Amino acid sequence: MQNFTPVSALIGGLLIGGAATLLLWLNGRIAGVSNILRGLLAWKSGDSLWRVLFLGGLVAGASLCYMLFGHVPLPRPDFPAWLLGFGGLLVGYGSSLGSGCTSGHGVCGLGRLSVRSLVATLIFVVTGILAAYAVRHLFGVY
Amino acid sequence: MGASLSILVAGLMFGFGLAVSGMTHASKVLGFLDITGDWDPSLLFVLAGAVTVTAVAFRFVLRRPAPVLVEQFHLPTVEGIDRPLVIGAAIFGVGWGIAGYCPGPAIASLAAPSWETWVFIPCLLLGNLIHAYSQPGNAADSGAAALGAMGKSGGKP
Repeated sequence: MQNFTPVSALIGGLLIGGAATLLLWLNGRIAGVSNILRGLLAWKSGDSLWRVLFLGGLVAGASLCYMLFGHVPLPRPDFPAWLLGFGGLLVGYGSSLGSGCTSGHGVCGLGRLSVRSLVATLIFVVTGILAAYAVRHLFGVY
Repeated sequence: MGASLSILVAGLMFGFGLAVSGMTHASKVLGFLDITGDWDPSLLFVLAGAVTVTAVAFRFVLRRPAPVLVEQFHLPTVEGIDRPLVIGAAIFGVGWGIAGYCPGPAIASLAAPSWETWVFIPCLLLGNLIHAYSQPGNAADSGAAALGAMGKSGGKP
């Protein structure tokens, strides 16, 4: 467990939970990134600005963190582009069909004590573990 | 104006939290999912921290008749475990375990984009669109309607 960073993970988690609380408390919205993004694809006037602002804030917040602390993510040199694209396709399709992702079901749904979200979270963690195992240990891709 | 600013601030906090916790690093996320490798439980601490806050705070927030700055809450209305939820979550997890990105970190990666960003995000959006346009009814209109319905309900996680 040499890469384990419990303190920064906990601080980041508290900030994420705080942000989701702020959005629900002030604006009545669930901070589920896949649903916020998906709603943007329909582009309805009156329903798009808040989505753009939240996603813009997401990018700005990450930028701010990199400016202050560095530690910018680097691309993986040997990871095949087609495999990354295939993963993206499944993430997009699956989060649409399943009505949420790690933020919507994980952070917000569990916070609302939603049984649907608990089931979804357990399922995607298990299939995520299986897929990561297959990619890394059966096919040797990192 | 106040509402817009508060949404921007919430997004900013969310993005900062993702980056500071290392969740924008696909390899760190995969370090959690790869339980047979050099396991990194950090993601569990991120989720635990976030859910501790939401589980406590949402109770108080949702007791209010309305949010502070707008007229009503936009909450999911669907209940019960159905096939789309189970199959969708399973497919999402496979993609997540392959790529190491979920939608939040993928968007946040625009802060320091690499080729991974420019491959992953278009494919993510394409996946959204393929689902929207493969809804029952199948015509192009129903895809737009499906996306529109989500817009109206504000999503239903």
